Amino acid sequence: MIEFDNVSLRYPNGFEALSQVDLRLARGEMAFLTGHSGAGKSSLLKLIMLMERPSQGQLRVNGQNLNRMPARKIPFHRRKIGVIHQNHQLLFDRTAFDNVALPLLIAGYERDAIGRRVRAALAKVGLLEKEKFNPIQLSSGEQQRVGIARAIVNKPQLLLADEPTGNLDPRLSAEIMGLFHQFNQVGVTVLVASHDLALISRLPHRVITLQKGRVHHG
Amino acid sequence: MAEPTVKRPAPQGASSQRVSWQDRGRSYLHHHRQVAAESLRRLRTAPLNSLMTLLVMAIALSLPGLLYVGLSNAQSLSHQWQGEGQISLYLQPGLDSAAGEDLAQQLRANAQVETLSYLSPDDALAEFQQFSGFGEALDQLQANPLPAVILVTPSPEYRRQPALEQLRQLLGSVDGVAEAQSDQAWVARLNQIIALGERITGLLAVLLATAVVLVVGNTIRLEIENRREEILVVKLVGGTDAFVRRPFLYSGFCYGLFSGVLAWGLILAGLWLLSEPVGALVSLYEGSFAPAGFGPLPGLVLVFISALMGVLGAWIAVVRHLHAIEPR
Repeated sequence: MIEFDNVSLRYPNGFEALSQVDLRLARGEMAFLTGHSGAGKSSLLKLIMLMERPSQGQLRVNGQNLNRMPARKIPFHRRKIGVIHQNHQLLFDRTAFDNVALPLLIAGYERDAIGRRVRAALAKVGLLEKEKFNPIQLSSGEQQRVGIARAIVNKPQLLLADEPTGNLDPRLSAEIMGLFHQFNQVGVTVLVASHDLALISRLPHRVITLQKGRVHHG
Repeated sequence: MAEPTVKRPAPQGASSQRVSWQDRGRSYLHHHRQVAAESLRRLRTAPLNSLMTLLVMAIALSLPGLLYVGLSNAQSLSHQWQGEGQISLYLQPGLDSAAGEDLAQQLRANAQVETLSYLSPDDALAEFQQFSGFGEALDQLQANPLPAVILVTPSPEYRRQPALEQLRQLLGSVDGVAEAQSDQAWVARLNQIIALGERITGLLAVLLATAVVLVVGNTIRLEIENRREEILVVKLVGGTDAFVRRPFLYSGFCYGLFSGVLAWGLILAGLWLLSEPVGALVSLYEGSFAPAGFGPLPGLVLVFISALMGVLGAWIAVVRHLHAIEPR
């Protein structure tokens, strides 16, 4: 599903966020990406979403070479990936329902289909009764779950999460990780960047460790 | 019996992200409607700001509109005058009344002249006193300074240029005539002034349309700045540039449309305010001239152009500022 071949990412200021990364994630696999802050976890996820382009090396996602993908195809690439951000990136000028509906609206779903899918996604994260709430009225754990619902509403084959449990207490963190585990059980490829080693070690998935932009072992 | 074959899409894992073209088209239209309603709602959320922007645009648009109405009236006036083609013959000051009448009699026999009237210096003075408003000043004069005048209306084939000019020169060379003037010289001058006015109106229209584009551009730039977060999230979840652009283009369209309608209203109000003095002026000239207003066609053209300027301004703002907002 994800293939990094000798990929480096150098920012315009000269900082090398990733150096010669080789990494494979099989279809249907779930893995954790860990390392200190600044080790390159976010940069690696940004490359997969084409928020950055590799300075060197080959990157393939779902069989497509991202090096050669023209800018106008990037939106369609992103629609196939569900992404959960640490700060959840929700819009506070609309309800939880409308936040989750956004990817479907963009993809051009019909209104009835949008309603069905959004409610299914909200039910999956246990927030069905709060669809009319503004995210500002929700707790940070609930906000994060709205973010997850938005990431899965389009039924992506690949789910990326960047520190999804960053601001949550251990119980909520375990719940969220449990959700990712469930998605993986139905065939979704999942890559979770996290530094919560205690939580990660309790789950039966591969751990990829980044150190100063290099893959340490994995 | 053969099983009916069912076309299955290639296996896509857990995915079912295929959306039919029919659904996509319906959803596209639905989104357009939604975005249009949304941009109206946005206009209403800050009514005072929106109104001020609309007023600035409407005032800029109404100015060339009013000038256009003034010009088209001046044009139709000059067309009316063009038809007359009269020639005034100013007789030499020394000529007495009898000689003047005699000359008039001679000219009347001419085939090129249809009608003719003779005004003695006294007649001319009386007429001048009545219509010029200088009556009292003229009373102060010892002698009548005005010459006798013969007003010639040429026969129809001599009422147009260049025959009219030839006739004028011919009449000017007649003994006893000091000067022959055609009112067409006046009309020509008026036409030149109107042409100049048209050029100025055109220039002003272009400048003010540019101002409208810039006002919309600036308003949309602020709107883009205000919705930065939303744009970032939409791009993150796979919104195309067209999807991101759409609400702003609709906003620009709304600004253009409403300011055009408002400008139309301003022009009509301006004409209504002017109608009384204009009516008084027209009645002074005893003319049957009915001033033209601002009809539905120019009004619709104004609204169309202004909507176009709105979209153009929004487009410029979007092209300039949207690319700077990329998720990092």
